Amino acid sequence: MADTAGSSQITVKKGPKFRETRKGQVRKHIINVLVRNEIGVLARIATLIAGKGYNIESLSVGETHEKGVSRMTIEVIGDDIVIDQVVKQLRKLIDTLKVRDITDVPHVERELVLVKVHTPTARARDEVLRIVEIFRGKIVDVSPETYTVEVTGDEDKINAILELLKPFGIKEMARTGKVAMRRELFVDENLQD
Amino acid sequence: MPRKGADIVIETLKEEGVEVIFGLPGGAIMEVYDALYRDGTIKHILVRHEQGAGHMAEGYAKATGKVGVAMTTSGPGATNIVTAIADAYMDSVPIVVITGQVPTHLIGNDAFQEVDIVGITRPITKHNFLVRSIEELPLIIRQAFYIARTGRPGPVLIDLPKDITQQLSDVSIPSEEEVRASLPGYRPHVEGNIQQIKRAVDLIMSAKKPVLYVGGGAVNAEAQEELIELAELMRIPVTTTTQGKGAFPETHPLSLRMLGMHGTYYANMAVYNCDLLIAVGARFDDRVTGKVDEFAPEAKIIHIDIDPASISKNIIVDVPIVGDVKIVLRKILEEIKKRGAKILHPEDRERWLEQIEKWKKLHPLTYRNSSKVIKPQYVIEQIYEVTKGDAIIVPGVGQHQMWAAMFYKFSYPRQFLNSGGLGTMGFGLPAGIGAKVGRPDKEVFVIDGDGSFVMTMQEIITAVQYKIPVKVAIINNAYLGMVRQWQEFFYDKRYSEVDLSVQPDFVKLAESMGAVGFRAEKPKEVREVLEEAMKIDDRPVVLDFVVDKEENVLPMVPPGKSYRDMILEDGKGTSEAETMYLVG
Ligand SMILES: Cc1ncc(C[n+]2csc(CCOP(=O)(O)OP(=O)(O)O)c2C)c(N)n1
Ligand SMILES: [Mg+2]
Repeated sequence: MADTAGSSQITVKKGPKFRETRKGQVRKHIINVLVRNEIGVLARIATLIAGKGYNIESLSVGETHEKGVSRMTIEVIGDDIVIDQVVKQLRKLIDTLKVRDITDVPHVERELVLVKVHTPTARARDEVLRIVEIFRGKIVDVSPETYTVEVTGDEDKINAILELLKPFGIKEMARTGKVAMRRELFVDENLQD
Repeated sequence: MPRKGADIVIETLKEEGVEVIFGLPGGAIMEVYDALYRDGTIKHILVRHEQGAGHMAEGYAKATGKVGVAMTTSGPGATNIVTAIADAYMDSVPIVVITGQVPTHLIGNDAFQEVDIVGITRPITKHNFLVRSIEELPLIIRQAFYIARTGRPGPVLIDLPKDITQQLSDVSIPSEEEVRASLPGYRPHVEGNIQQIKRAVDLIMSAKKPVLYVGGGAVNAEAQEELIELAELMRIPVTTTTQGKGAFPETHPLSLRMLGMHGTYYANMAVYNCDLLIAVGARFDDRVTGKVDEFAPEAKIIHIDIDPASISKNIIVDVPIVGDVKIVLRKILEEIKKRGAKILHPEDRERWLEQIEKWKKLHPLTYRNSSKVIKPQYVIEQIYEVTKGDAIIVPGVGQHQMWAAMFYKFSYPRQFLNSGGLGTMGFGLPAGIGAKVGRPDKEVFVIDGDGSFVMTMQEIITAVQYKIPVKVAIINNAYLGMVRQWQEFFYDKRYSEVDLSVQPDFVKLAESMGAVGFRAEKPKEVREVLEEAMKIDDRPVVLDFVVDKEENVLPMVPPGKSYRDMILEDGKGTSEAETMYLVG
């Protein structure tokens, strides 16, 4: 069936050719999402991220100054290229107003942690109190056996104090997940909504 | 004036210009069916299975460009249409699906015929809604149509609790402007960035070996005129995907026909060797690219698409342009003409076209015909002839689908309606019915497989009931042929569970449902039965073509391989020499 006349005229170029492919780095991303506060919007966002096989590390949602508009801060570990795709698809959702990956943009981030620490002795109580003061935290609940500590800060600060409190014995812990916001100066012009 | 929620539904659908609904009633949606009956102006096609309603709405939408509408009851009615919704999502087909739901106070109670269809369809709809009050009902319906048809089109589902259809309200129907204002997060880009357009024009004018790669986005945007003008003006050969078929006529000398896994040798060679690939409303699907890092390995890529999430998803592109394909192509043409429409390397461009002509001669699309047994490709060629190339072709999924794509030449957009992204067996017949409802002026030929056909064949009854004269050509190879072919090529002919030698007698089956049936077993009978079928215009016709059982679809790029690994004839691959561009 194949008419092979003509194949003799074809000159071979050496070796196969390849497209350059981009490899993404896997790392933690912080994505800010402004959403219309509609039913199911959280489920849509979670479905989309889970659909890429990624786990949400932390997520915080709260109202903004605008009525009916909430801000979400999502932390997710993933490949840069896939996260870029996630961001584009989040933008496509009907209920999202603004989506931004702020990982590489100057930003402020805060998290609040409540930790219940085992403090049965006077010495333990003194030491915990000192640590809490250094980190400008607060003791928000006291019992004969425990102190409950509240600290706010960025990831490094929170990790540092938890490291220091660990040896006393942590009985319970609750973290809010990060909230984050782009710094007003150093606006990167290349970022689009 | 206060009226029932159900009446508001009908009123809003009429406002949207809906002419026809495909559906099947049940408890939760009965109020709307009652309102439909009382109103009496919207046509309704009663399907025999809700999947059929979904594919009919798709076929209608694909054939006309209008939004297709399907309606089902809650629970099983809703789950039955899920496959069609996923199909519409993958192929960007604008449909609105209205499902009944249990009354609001019972939601979440595992009530009779309750399923969380909004949850189920969340990842396969462009958007979906649960209606929570009668006041928001007309706005939601209008939003659904607006979202379905604008930007990158897609399916939208509205889940409608029964109590809301029974309540009374005098809420008014919002205007288009109010609808747009109510969706602040939804602003489909349309214009295209002018800097990027200029960069694209630089590349188009200076390329030596350009190729246009055209997908379904060009059909949705109705950009065929612009495409033809660009190709002719700049002398650029054009290849299309299955979804893009007809956006550029395959009868045009610059057409390379289809590319990809079952693309033509010359389209794949052109793409493999080009130095500029202009992707227009296409999404670099893995069935098109094969091994990504060997896809158009030396080309710069321009990608025009309405969907920013499609760009640089599977392949990194050099010039991304987000925008409506038609508008962007127009701007590109303006810019080219402003610069005198000059091809900077005309000799190279002509040499490129000559090389492509050589490839076309070297391996044209062909097959070995036989006088003893019917070859499937021959059937398609004969259908092409009796319909004078003008029919709308709607295939199922499998080998027959690829033969239809290869051996029918498509000359206008919306002529080849295909389940491309999801590859849904059973799509053909109901989609063909929907297409015929939308385009009664056109001959509609469903080219189905014996496996695909039986998945939705009950819709023949629907076509009989409404006197919808679709033609259904079954390419009967007594196999799940495409799977058998893969087993032959990649699993040493271990034919695991692909035998369809036990099937109904399709002629009697057709007759039992009130349709006409014909069978052809010899090559010379093919033309005869086709001509008989063409005389019938008041009923569906089923044509059973008993074909060569083990015919293969070729050429083929094996999955995950590069265009260099194309199989051209049984057992024979391309030689290294054949894949390379003539140098000097
Ligand atoms: C609903 C569904 N189930 C399974 C498949 C996998 N599949 C792809 S092609 C094919 C065989 C189709 O057989 P037939 O309709 O007879 O077409 P042929 O390949 O024989 O022309 C199958 C099983 C599919 N695409 N869709
Ligand atoms: Mg078959």
